[in-house]
Amino acid sequence: MNRTLGRLLGRALLAVLGLAVLAGIWEAYKAIAPDDGVKLGGVRVLPRTDDSSMPHLSTVWHAFGRTDLDQTVLHRVFFACVHTLRWASFGFVIGVIVGLLLALLMDRFVVAERAILPLIVLSQTVPLIALAPMVKRWGDGWSIAGLTWQPSTSVAVIAAYLAFFPVAIGMARGLKSPEAVHTDYFRVTGSNWWRTLVRLKLPASVPFLIPALRLGAAAAVVGTIVAEISTGLQGGIGRLIIDYSAAASDDPSKLYASVVGAAVLGLFVAAVITLVDLALWRYRKTGDNA
Amino acid sequence: MSAAAVAETTPAASPAVEVLGADKVFHTRRGEVVALRGIELTVERGEFVSLIGPSGCGKSTLLRLIADLLPASSGTVRVNGKPARQARRDQDYGFAFQQAGLLDWRTVRANVELPLQLHGVGRARRRARAEELLELVGLSDFADHRPQQLSGGMQQRVAIARALAESPTLLLMDEPFGALDEMTRERMQTELVRITGETGAAVVFVTHSIPEAVFLSQRVVVMSPRPGRITQLIDVPLGDRTEATREAPEFYAAITSVREALRGTHGPTAVNDPTAAL
Repeated sequence: MNRTLGRLLGRALLAVLGLAVLAGIWEAYKAIAPDDGVKLGGVRVLPRTDDSSMPHLSTVWHAFGRTDLDQTVLHRVFFACVHTLRWASFGFVIGVIVGLLLALLMDRFVVAERAILPLIVLSQTVPLIALAPMVKRWGDGWSIAGLTWQPSTSVAVIAAYLAFFPVAIGMARGLKSPEAVHTDYFRVTGSNWWRTLVRLKLPASVPFLIPALRLGAAAAVVGTIVAEISTGLQGGIGRLIIDYSAAASDDPSKLYASVVGAAVLGLFVAAVITLVDLALWRYRKTGDNA
Repeated sequence: MSAAAVAETTPAASPAVEVLGADKVFHTRRGEVVALRGIELTVERGEFVSLIGPSGCGKSTLLRLIADLLPASSGTVRVNGKPARQARRDQDYGFAFQQAGLLDWRTVRANVELPLQLHGVGRARRRARAEELLELVGLSDFADHRPQQLSGGMQQRVAIARALAESPTLLLMDEPFGALDEMTRERMQTELVRITGETGAAVVFVTHSIPEAVFLSQRVVVMSPRPGRITQLIDVPLGDRTEATREAPEFYAAITSVREALRGTHGPTAVNDPTAAL
């Protein structure tokens, strides 16, 4: 366990180093390149470097401290992220449940796999921006057992829609992963599908599930942000990014600040999945870290 | 329990394994493959029998028929007087594969406990039984290790302990020592003889190795392919197997018999040759 922790800390340090290098490249490029960007034959191939297009990192940092309607930008970004996180988490949990159920169904019935898998893949080709208002229109006014469809429900549904795909695929692969010698052994012990699932297939699929959860969590956050924008839902980081981008000609640093906020949200969500990974470390093969 | 004690306490006189006129046909895209034809084989309680033959002779298929991992296309397969499917459900036998097939995420002890856990045995009894079995195979010190930390031979010993967990009266083994080096193989053979002697289990053992088949078994079943069938049954009356057995002239004579049977000529100790020169 200590070795795993050590390895994780090492990884975290490398990530911070990576960020530092990126920051270095940002500032270096800004210092070296001309204000109008780099043009090749009349076409701009590298971005502009003037302060309104590409602010200094220190300006972005200070933007967090500025006020926006009697609250600091940091305050606004933080709470917008909290709202987005809430909707994204709700959507993620639903997406995971749906994904897991689909994977189990496909494992249990070969026919189900042949029928459902193409549909699952197709589902992801629908453009999200078009889907979100449609979901909102269908859902508005729905009511089950005293719970009414909120505007945020549409957003959570979109998040679930994006999250279920990697989870379903990853879990389906994981359930198939045990070798013939293992499935034969379970057959020899007279175990039925359920027991084989619980004692063999589920533990064996953990190394596949964790990366799938990571992708699903990221997809849920992205889906939530895009859905916020296309359904016009207020209060989340997606809305904030749009608001700040409208005002970006005066003050680009607030826009960057909100984008940084969204990025940090994504990192936070990935970190939560890493905690899940640690909790299930027993089921990882030794020396394997995907 | 010794072999004699087992024989006394078993109520019915039914043999450990009875295969009557069994066929196995695989239907592939290229047509039918007759993996086994007309197999007649009886294995008595406590008897150690090896199946040997070239690739494609159907020895592993026959083992899988007995284990109910494959259904027979025709004929009957009985284990302990019951149909093979019933015997599998009743857990009448243990199976050891060529790869140990241990679960990576469980300790050695938890791996040995697995069949007991699957059948609802309580925690204390499971642990006690696992301790017993690990002691039997000489791996008590490694109970808390993970399978990846063990050598191939040790993993196979754990697999054998696991196969013996519910004291089966029949052990089915599919080339379990195939992936091991010669020295480890010979050590494992001696261990296996000791263990099966102590538990009194009948064994059906598939192997490629003539000395292994002769050392371990009371009878060697020689098979040949296309279609897979039994060509000869050879008795190996070498008494108790010890390291000294490997040097005995009778041992070499038996090896020669089996080798000749595999080549298709008839050896002096052949008991049964249902087909003429092949």
